[in-house]
Amino acid sequence: MAMADHTVKSYDDELKNLHEDILRMGGIAEAQFASAIQAVTKRDTDVAAITVKGDVKLDELNSIVDQRVVRMLALRQPMASDLREIISSLKIAADVERIGDYAANIAKRSIAIAEMRPVKPLASIPRMGRLVQHLIKDVLDAYNERNAEKAKQVWLRDEEVDDAYNALFRETLTYMMEDPRNITPCTHLLFVAKNIERIGDHATNIAETIYFIVHGKALNESRPKGDSSSFLVVNPDDETPRG
Amino acid sequence: MASNLGVAASAARTTSESAEKISVRDLSFFYGESKALKNISLPLYERTVTAFIGPSGCGKSTLLRCLNRMYELYPKQRAEGQVLLDNENILDSKQDLNLLRAKVGMVFQKPTPFPMTIYDNIAFGVKLYENLSRAELNERVESSLRRAALWDEVKDKLNASGLSLSGGQQQRLCIARTIAVRPEVILFDEPCSALDPISTSKIEELIDELKDQYTIAIVTHNMQQAARVSEFTAFMYLGELIEFDRTEKIFTTPSVKKTEEYVTGRFG
Repeated sequence: MAMADHTVKSYDDELKNLHEDILRMGGIAEAQFASAIQAVTKRDTDVAAITVKGDVKLDELNSIVDQRVVRMLALRQPMASDLREIISSLKIAADVERIGDYAANIAKRSIAIAEMRPVKPLASIPRMGRLVQHLIKDVLDAYNERNAEKAKQVWLRDEEVDDAYNALFRETLTYMMEDPRNITPCTHLLFVAKNIERIGDHATNIAETIYFIVHGKALNESRPKGDSSSFLVVNPDDETPRG
Repeated sequence: MASNLGVAASAARTTSESAEKISVRDLSFFYGESKALKNISLPLYERTVTAFIGPSGCGKSTLLRCLNRMYELYPKQRAEGQVLLDNENILDSKQDLNLLRAKVGMVFQKPTPFPMTIYDNIAFGVKLYENLSRAELNERVESSLRRAALWDEVKDKLNASGLSLSGGQQQRLCIARTIAVRPEVILFDEPCSALDPISTSKIEELIDELKDQYTIAIVTHNMQQAARVSEFTAFMYLGELIEFDRTEKIFTTPSVKKTEEYVTGRFG
């Protein structure tokens, strides 16, 4: 819905700054995540170290967004779509900041993983990473365009990430059972995969928030909840893990 | 989610339990040749606060003035359509205007105490309609002042002039005066625009208490005030009713773009 500008021009400027800060945060998080995946798959500890340090920028921008939002709530008393926009900035910034934290954690673990012999489940990480990179990119585009339909597509696609995680979970467990020396690298790998999966969840949170900005109501259709690993039991006597 | 359902349920309660105290039906109003209200229809629910908002000249005060036919005081002003108060059309020429204005009280933008004592400000109107004993009249003055949250501040100086009070106190005196004749509906025409924030809060608190007993309509330029005090809000523009809905809806997700532009400060 294209609306006229505010009568008070500086109000529009403040909203624009907020929007740009979120996009800037999104861009950094996207790059951080790509580097983290690269660090894991290429066993590149230099990239890992840079990625761990890079997280500070996201924390800083997040607190700038917090300050802007508090200031605008106090001084502008926003209503209707403005209120949704401003409150949502707070939520999206928090989600993006968490994505950054997970990326940094992946980078940290990649250093430990690089010190050990490669394990086969590592091969699934790039695919899962690409999947989530697309979600992040698309959800940021949806934010920039205020495109609720695109946001909803991201929200629906998170199921693929959950499926990939479940597959990797089973695979890793089998490797650990095969040879106890795999346990350390596989555990790190499992956390890496879990972090990627959590990043996907934050992308869907952002998608929900975008839907709320545009429509003023929650995206409340039921989404299939994909992560079934919480219920997974592996019996060492069995050939294959059971779900 | 739970809160959304709660809101919807309470809105349903408000609308189903409260009857329409006033029904405005296809109301048009003319200042001479110019049409200031264009076919307005809306309900005012019993014991509910309804706010009228909109830019200057949109007709909100005119609409309020139709609800007790205040416009009759001026020449060349006329209304067409119907305003039903308890299903009786008050625009009917047979309507007794004094009776109507006793039923539908009004509080104006600037406090308008009479140049007489605080006590007489209240008693004056009551004496016009009712024949009360001295004791009954004292009782009525006290209860009205209490209801208007002014009693504690003036009980020791009831014989002082009403004009000696502060602006906020004067406005509450006017509200007490309105209540004293036991109306059913109270119309507030920008009651706080001449008051400081503390006095404004007191009036808002008062409106909140009064709605247990009275049907209230308020015209205000302060959108936050409309959002704070009312259950329903009517947005008007250029003499037309653009949107009427629950206040929460109007200020969070209005249905009409013009309303959204107005409440978010994007007008013009």
